[in-house]
Amino acid sequence: MEFNLSREHELIRKMMAEFTEKEVKPIAAETDRTCEYPRETIEKLFDLGVMGICVPQEYGGGGSDPLAGAICIEELSKQCASTGDIVATHNGLCCDPILTYGTEAQKTKYLPMLTTGHHVGAFALTEPNAGSDASKGQTEARLEGDHYVMNGSKIFITNGYVADVFVVFAMTDKSKGTKGISAFIVESSFPGFSVGKHEEKMGLHGSPTAEIVFQDCIVPKENLLGKEGKGFSIAMATLDGGRIGIAAQALGIAEGALDEAVAYTKGRVQFGKPIAKFQNTQFTLADMELGCEAGRLLMYQAAMAKAEGKRYTKQAAMAKLFCSEHAMKTTTKALQMFGGYGYTKDYPLERMMRDAKITEIYEGTSEVQRIVISANMGL
Amino acid sequence: MKIFVTVKQVPDTSGKVAVNPDGTLDRASMKTIVNPDDLNAVEAALRLKEACGCKVIAFTMGPPPAESMLRELMAMGVDEGVLITSREFGGSDTFATSQIIAAAIGTYGVEEDDIVFSGRQAIDGDTAQVGPQLAEKLGLEQVSYVGAIEKKGNTLLVRRMLEDGYMTIRIRTPCLLTCVKELNTPRYMNIRDILSAYSKPMTVMDYGTLKDHPLIDNDTIGLQGSPTNIFKSFTPPQKGVGMILSGDNRSVAAQVADVLAKKHII
Repeated sequence: MEFNLSREHELIRKMMAEFTEKEVKPIAAETDRTCEYPRETIEKLFDLGVMGICVPQEYGGGGSDPLAGAICIEELSKQCASTGDIVATHNGLCCDPILTYGTEAQKTKYLPMLTTGHHVGAFALTEPNAGSDASKGQTEARLEGDHYVMNGSKIFITNGYVADVFVVFAMTDKSKGTKGISAFIVESSFPGFSVGKHEEKMGLHGSPTAEIVFQDCIVPKENLLGKEGKGFSIAMATLDGGRIGIAAQALGIAEGALDEAVAYTKGRVQFGKPIAKFQNTQFTLADMELGCEAGRLLMYQAAMAKAEGKRYTKQAAMAKLFCSEHAMKTTTKALQMFGGYGYTKDYPLERMMRDAKITEIYEGTSEVQRIVISANMGL
Repeated sequence: MKIFVTVKQVPDTSGKVAVNPDGTLDRASMKTIVNPDDLNAVEAALRLKEACGCKVIAFTMGPPPAESMLRELMAMGVDEGVLITSREFGGSDTFATSQIIAAAIGTYGVEEDDIVFSGRQAIDGDTAQVGPQLAEKLGLEQVSYVGAIEKKGNTLLVRRMLEDGYMTIRIRTPCLLTCVKELNTPRYMNIRDILSAYSKPMTVMDYGTLKDHPLIDNDTIGLQGSPTNIFKSFTPPQKGVGMILSGDNRSVAAQVADVLAKKHII
C-alpha cells in the first residue's frame, strides 16, 4: 500500500501552510493569552472554502474529500490547535451529519448557511452525567403537534457560544434506551435556546467551549435529523469521522512541536556544541519523527477509507488514539529540550503541551478508543 | 476583453543562494516561488476579472516544471496558462525574453480593451526591464510602478509610484501596467479553484510554435543571441561594522573631514 497525495491535495496543503504561516502563526500566542475566538481567521477560512470543505459545491461547499479536510486541520494545528479544533468541529461534527443524514430540504436550507453563509456549526452530545457513556443523556425532546419541545442541557460544547447551527441529541423515548435517542438540527435563534457557562480550560483557549441550555426550546418537527430513535447510531458514526479530525489536529500539534524542537536544538549551544549534536537529543527527535510519520499514515488511511465509503471505525479510533498520545509525548519531550525557556510563555511549547492534552480526552478518551479498537477485533 | 499576466518562477532567496561554477544561478538546487511582484499583477488581474467578467491568461517562460506555478495561479482563479518552454529559449536575457513573451501574447491577439499586467521586476535579476520592453514590442502604451488602478470605461486611472511621491495617469486600453507590491495583497489559493486547477487549459509553446512569429528575431533569442552576457555572479562579502562617530553636529562634521583627509579622499 502506498500513499501518494494527489496534486490537488498537495496544493491544498501548500495553500493551508501559507495561510497558517501568514494568518495563524502571528496571532496564536495572543489568541491563547486572551482566550478570544479568532473570528477574522475563521471568516477567511469560510472565504477559502475550508469551512465546509467536504460539502458538495451545489450546497456552497468546497466539494473536496475527508483527506483534504484532515490536511487543513493538520496544517492549522501546527501553529494553533484552537483554530484546528473550530474547523474540525464545524466540518466533521456539524456539516458531515447534516450532509449524511439530512433530507434534501435540510441540506438545501442548512448547508449553504454553513458554507457561503458563514454560520458556524457545533455538535451537542455530552451532558454532565453522560460523557463516555453517551447513552445516559437526560435531555428530552417531546413531540407536540408540529414541533418538538426540548429540555435539558449539554456541556463542553465546542463552538458553543459562537455557533448558529447545532446538531443536538435528545431522548424522544426514554423507555427504549439508546434506541430512544434522536438527532435534531437546532438553531441558536430558536425560542428556549440559551448559552450557559463559558468553560475556562487548560488549553485550546481560542476554541469557544460552553454549556448549552434548552428550556422548552421549540424545535420544528422537520428539524429531526434522520429517523426518530436513530440518534445514537448517528452520533457514533459522526464521531468516527470526527476522530479523523482530532487525529489530524493532534498530528499537527506534534509536527509543530517537532519543528520547534529541531530549530531550537540546532541553534542552542551547550557544552561547546549545538544540543542537536548530542545523541540523546537525536534519538528523542528520531522518535518524534517516527511517531509523526506513523500517525500520518494511520490518519491518511482512515481518511481515505472514509472517502471511499469503506468502514473505518477501527482505523479512525487507531489514528485518533495514536496521534493524540504521540502529541502529548512529543510536546512534553520538546518542552524538555527547551529547558527553562520551554516552561515560559516566550516560546510556544507550553501552549502546545496544554493544547495536546485535550486530544487524549475529547471525541472519545484514549480508553474509549481502546474499547472501539478491541470491539472490532472479534474478541 | 482579455487580461494577460506575465509571471516568472524565481529562486526563493529567503533560503540558500547557490551559484554554478559558470557564474549563473544554480536554480535546480534552490526552492522556487512565484516572483512576488508578479503575484500583485495576478491579484490585480483577478480583481478586474471579478469586476468585468473577463478571462485571465497567465504566461511564463521557463523549464517544464514551471507548469506547477501556473497551476497554482489557476488555483487562485487564473483561467488559462501558457508555458513557453524550449531549449532554444534557455539563457535568454531581458531583450530576448521580452520578444519571446510578446510573440506568445501576440498569438492570442491584443484587442482594444485588453490589458497586460507584469510585475515591476523579478527578485533574481532585479532589472525591471521585461515589462517595459514587452510593451514596446507589442506596441502598447505603458505605465510602470503601478500602485493603484481604477477602471473607467476603456480608460484606466492609475497611480504611478515614485520614490518621493506619485503620479496619477489616465491611460487608454490596450495597455501594459507593471505592478508594485503596494497595489494589493495577493490572495491565497482556494479550495474550489484548486479542485478545478488541473482541468483548466494549459498551452505549451515551444520554439517551433513561435519561430515564425513576426516579433521573433531568431538571431537575438536564447543564450547565444542575447546581447547581455553574465560575466560573473557572486555573493558580495559582508560589510564591516564601519566607523561610528559621536558628538554634536559640528564636532562629528570635523571628525568626518579629518577621516576623509587622512584617507586622502579630500
